[in-house]
Amino acid sequence: MIDKLRRRDLLTGTAAVVIGQSLARASVISTDTGEPAKAGPWQYFTPAEGAQVEALVDRIIPPDAQTPGGKGAGCAVFIDRQLAGPFGRHEGWYTLPPFVKGIKQQGPQSSKNPAQLYRSALAALERYCRGQPGGKSLAELPAEKLDEILQALESSTLQLQGDEGKTFFEALLTDTQEGFFADPIYGGNRDMCAWKMIGFPGARYDYRDWVGRHNERYPHPPVSIAGRADWTPKRR
Amino acid sequence: MSIARKLPRKDVVVIGLGWTGSILANELTDAGLDVVAIERGPWRETAVDFPPNRVQDELRYRIRHELFLQPGQTTFTFRNKMDQSALPIRTWGAFMPPNGVGGGGVHWNAETWRFLPSDFLTRSHLIERYGAHFLPADMTIQDWGVSYAELEPHYDRFEYLCGTSGTAGNIKGQIQPGGNPFEGPRSRPYPTPAQQQPYSHTLFGHAARELGYNPFPQPSGNLSQAYTNPLGVRLGPCSYCGFCEWFGCANYSKASPQTTILPVLVRKSNFQARDRCEVTRINLDRSGRRATGVTFVDSSDVEWEQPADLVILSAYTIFNVQLLLLSGVGTAYDPVANRGVIGRNFTHQTISDVESFFEKDKFIFNPFIASGAIGMCIDEFNGDNFDHGPHGFVGGGYMGQVQTGGRPIQTTPVPPDTPRWGARWKQAVRDNYLCALKPGTGVHGSMYSYRDVYCDLDPTYKDRFGRPLVRITMDFHDNELKQNVFLTDRYAEVFRAMGARQMVKKYRKGPYDITDYQTTHLCGGAIMGNDPKTSAVNRYLQSWDVPNLFVMGASGFPQNAGYNPTGTLAALAYWSAEAIRSKYLKSPGPLVHA
Repeated sequence: MIDKLRRRDLLTGTAAVVIGQSLARASVISTDTGEPAKAGPWQYFTPAEGAQVEALVDRIIPPDAQTPGGKGAGCAVFIDRQLAGPFGRHEGWYTLPPFVKGIKQQGPQSSKNPAQLYRSALAALERYCRGQPGGKSLAELPAEKLDEILQALESSTLQLQGDEGKTFFEALLTDTQEGFFADPIYGGNRDMCAWKMIGFPGARYDYRDWVGRHNERYPHPPVSIAGRADWTPKRR
Repeated sequence: MSIARKLPRKDVVVIGLGWTGSILANELTDAGLDVVAIERGPWRETAVDFPPNRVQDELRYRIRHELFLQPGQTTFTFRNKMDQSALPIRTWGAFMPPNGVGGGGVHWNAETWRFLPSDFLTRSHLIERYGAHFLPADMTIQDWGVSYAELEPHYDRFEYLCGTSGTAGNIKGQIQPGGNPFEGPRSRPYPTPAQQQPYSHTLFGHAARELGYNPFPQPSGNLSQAYTNPLGVRLGPCSYCGFCEWFGCANYSKASPQTTILPVLVRKSNFQARDRCEVTRINLDRSGRRATGVTFVDSSDVEWEQPADLVILSAYTIFNVQLLLLSGVGTAYDPVANRGVIGRNFTHQTISDVESFFEKDKFIFNPFIASGAIGMCIDEFNGDNFDHGPHGFVGGGYMGQVQTGGRPIQTTPVPPDTPRWGARWKQAVRDNYLCALKPGTGVHGSMYSYRDVYCDLDPTYKDRFGRPLVRITMDFHDNELKQNVFLTDRYAEVFRAMGARQMVKKYRKGPYDITDYQTTHLCGGAIMGNDPKTSAVNRYLQSWDVPNLFVMGASGFPQNAGYNPTGTLAALAYWSAEAIRSKYLKSPGPLVHA
């Protein structure tokens, strides 16, 4: 019904009648962020960057007996897919100049997008690690060393190039935790491990039978937007 | 600039097809007028745009803002003080402007409040009770020019359009048990009973009652039961899915233009909508006193002129202000000379929160079971419901356990001594998710208007058409910060009485920070009133300067009250539509002679 009426009465986008003259830069900007992550190799990171990020996310969220860490949960895959997509390019942001450093309450003003930030910060971090006694790559460092590096970035004692250390740390922390808790379709929260850890049932859409059951543990396991693996027949 | 192609004349052009645009389009097509609505964003409908296998996506909708306007399309610049340089808002923070058909009505929480009778007389009421000296010298609050009694039938009309679920507190002057005893008299009960309350919301109500308050369920546009509205459109019952704010509703159970008006509107032969078309200017004739229509740009970058006899400006608050400024309607506000009206009395809200932590295994809140307008609230500290004399501030807000869900990217609170990452953080998240509360907008404080809080055109930054962005100059004033300390402390006492073992009071502090989300309740900038020297539109929302232009929405609020604005801006839309139908169409011209 709506479709029929819309064909008649809704004039979508291009106005009818005749071709007018062009006014540049007018098209509607939209970013479809809902693309599920595809399996396979890194889409944005180089293999070396991927190994670095896996090492870092596994310290931000360390594995324990019940729940995988950031690496096992797929947080690095999540970040890789996000950086390869609209988020990595700051699509939808206001990106016209001039770029002026403001005060904190005026919000981010950098012309650098997340993909560029990860690339330059990871390179600087790698140079820093290679320059330390022993000269190891970041990905080869033991947990305690990685924790020290993260703490140094967080407290701005390790600044990297152009004071980028703290900015990179905040981005990495946000992105890692988002990957951990977002729907698994984006590559993190593998097997809904983060949701199982906290007791979040995910994309169930109807709690009418539970809203009045106070102080009782909700008994059902989580569901993703894409369903559950054990609901889906195995493919050969 | 190219010469725009001209379309055939219409009786009415509506700019922006959100709540108020939909209401006006429906009322004016009912009056027999030929109406075209021009909407910047895309058409949106339930089955296509927010089906149940897609909507429950915190990353996509809350974190990446999919349903909202993209700043790349247009944004604002911001500074705290007049002597600072404003910089562009490159990604949303403090508020998130809507985009597309349905506007904010698609992704709102559907809290459907009425303002207090005294809110419409803010200035005269406060001066009468406390004396003029009690108000800060630079506070520019005003009376609205319309009374609660005049708006009551229109509040009622909107609530019955939406099927609002609630418990009345005052029917024709009789106080009702279980409702808000402070509300203005309503002519009849809510159309549907209040929603069921989950555990933590219920506990808040019990604790508030023990403390001597009068708790009541938040009036909700997420419906407690199926409902057929007076237009014949049917809504379904809310399923408490916990994905309401920022999200579209897949159940047809959240009141929105899509679930209440549009199904009727799109069937009318005298209605037409253009989506993905952005109005860039309201055109005036040579006298500057009459609008001849609008100019818009379509998604193929073609510029068009749409002539019309009547122009309804019903975009989001600040875009109303921008179009008035760019079109030369009315006089731009000058805070130094204290002259002009467009951009004046711009306000937001004073929101704060208390996070609370309860004993594990003794309290299982299941925070993911909720709706957008769920919650038990108290109104003892709103408006002028309490004596402000001893406290040295004016204004207030409702407060309540109004947590809308447990979506885990944003709602995994940890006790304050927890590191931000690492094994201890992970364990704290695991231990606290089910037994911690993070209401979000728990204290819903008012923000009153000031001489140095306003909008004008930015001298540096432009939108993609090369038009100046709107510049926001906004900071918190002492009155609001004092109000917030008082309210947040009272609020925390309720959580203490609920049995919280640890609480974190998240006071609203200055300076105003554009990165810190409060609400999208920007108000003012084109305010209503009785004096054209201090208001942009008259009591019927008609432009003082261009009588065939009516300006809808919260841009008309002279200051913001301690409630969500949608109920009031929708009531004003019906009030204005009635004036257009019963008065203006019979004799087009100014409805109020100043």
